[in-house]
Amino acid sequence: MIEIGPIHISRRFFRVWRRNLIVYQRIWKVNFLPPILEPLFYLLAFGVGLGSFIESITYRGEVIPYISFIAPSLLAINIMYNAFFENTYASFVRMYYQKTFDAMLATPLSLEEVITGEIVWGATKSLIATAIMLSVVSLFGLVHFPTGLLILPVAFLGGFAFGSVGMIFTGILSSIDLFNLPIFLFITPMFLFSGTFFPVENLPPWAQSLTVVFPLTHLVTLTRDLCLGLPSTADLWSVAYLTGLSALAFPAALFVMQRRLIH
Amino acid sequence: MGLMQTGGSVHLNDRKVLEAKNLRKSFGEFVAVEEVSFELHGGECLGLLGPNGAGKTSTIRMVYGFSPMTSGSLEIFGKDMKAHWRSIKYGIGVCQQENNLDPDLTVLQNLKVFASYFDIPPKEAAKRAAELLEFMGLDHRVDSRVTELSGGMMRRVVIARALINSPELLILDEPTTGLDPQSRHQVWDRLESLRSQGLSILLTTHYMDEAARLCDRLVIIDHGRVLVEGLPAELVKSHVGRDVVEVRNPGDELRSFVKELGLRHEDLEHRLIIYGDEGDRLFERVGKIYCSENCMLRAATLEDVFLVLTGRELRE
Repeated sequence: MIEIGPIHISRRFFRVWRRNLIVYQRIWKVNFLPPILEPLFYLLAFGVGLGSFIESITYRGEVIPYISFIAPSLLAINIMYNAFFENTYASFVRMYYQKTFDAMLATPLSLEEVITGEIVWGATKSLIATAIMLSVVSLFGLVHFPTGLLILPVAFLGGFAFGSVGMIFTGILSSIDLFNLPIFLFITPMFLFSGTFFPVENLPPWAQSLTVVFPLTHLVTLTRDLCLGLPSTADLWSVAYLTGLSALAFPAALFVMQRRLIH
Repeated sequence: MGLMQTGGSVHLNDRKVLEAKNLRKSFGEFVAVEEVSFELHGGECLGLLGPNGAGKTSTIRMVYGFSPMTSGSLEIFGKDMKAHWRSIKYGIGVCQQENNLDPDLTVLQNLKVFASYFDIPPKEAAKRAAELLEFMGLDHRVDSRVTELSGGMMRRVVIARALINSPELLILDEPTTGLDPQSRHQVWDRLESLRSQGLSILLTTHYMDEAARLCDRLVIIDHGRVLVEGLPAELVKSHVGRDVVEVRNPGDELRSFVKELGLRHEDLEHRLIIYGDEGDRLFERVGKIYCSENCMLRAATLEDVFLVLTGRELRE
């Protein structure tokens, strides 16, 4: 149990996590569909459609097919989306409309445990979706094993970071419509400019230095290097970046949720 | 059926389940609870009454550890809330004002998942959930989605959920607000049954019939302060009297008669309410001279006490 000043976190957060898992299991077939179908759609559109214009691309000095370049991006984007959407829209609905958190706070659970349970659940959703998507993508021979398996812990780490950031928005935005703002200003630019569909090096230098700040850039670096079996020291920096982001965003999320819900 | 761990005796005991001293709650400049103190003894049903905005919900939210006190002290089960909130919460069942059942789960799942928040093992949780749903007359709806239930059923599920941890103290924030008469009576019946099993209950309400029926003792609060406290019958006797005569469209002669005799009354323009004491033969005296068909004699009620103490202005 962690009790630093007013912070109370024990393994009870696991019960909140389990509540979300039970709901997820009820409609698991629906939940499993997106990570199966999405990579198929993208690989068809970008790999086959766009890939006929761009045959190959040079990455870390190796010439690789365009489809091998974007497949890891799909994994990284999937990690980002799952946790971020879970801890924004879905958490907001539970907090604001369903009053699920209020009910939990009348039990021995602390607010910190409720929020930790939510964020760990967001990371778990990223992990489950990544496991499914990784299986699909590897059927096309686009994943190098065993390094590809390391994408699973990366999915959890990335999910935790993006979920924590999402939870900060849940703590400060007054209405569910306002989530368009972080999506438009934060998620969409990252989706396009994090080395996802073209190398970061194609951007002008000032923009390149900007993409280093994007957490998705680091997630893409990791999934790509692990998918291609080309791990490098840059990956350690990316892990450090995502860990550092989590270390900042997670307590910040607890703080803003405390301010929002405890009156 | 032995739903409560305590069970048996209906009698109040001297053990203090709850002791609130000088509770105060402010939100910035706004003071929701000025100063509220009260006690609750084992096996007692205590009602916290007050008009909208009186500070009932703010008070009760401090009591179940949801909302931190601005100042004051609170002991439940002999333990200080600030230091021992977690262990206190294991012994409390809370029925919040809103039906915050989990719409993503079935009725039974709602109870079982809630049980897990109290560390109740799954097997025991399932058994207890089944018992409680039967007790609440919901055993035919265990697998229903919460959203398919009527308002009265939802309330009963909320109460069943509040009992899942076999609490020593049940806290109910306006348990029957918004229910139809049938559902209200059913909820009352279940709460009476729990009370007779020795469960300590703290409830807020602004329904006087509810307070009169369920509560052993009442605390009436307004503007964040305790106005009076006592047994329902005694409050009626000391603040209103025994009988009430209500006169529709009273004449000026009656008004001056009432003033001359110094009878306690309220003049509402189209209605004159005269409060009488035991043996004063109020109705005869007023009725014979001043009334034709516009007079009504009735027994004084808690509602009279409430309106006398908190006034008749609308609270919005």
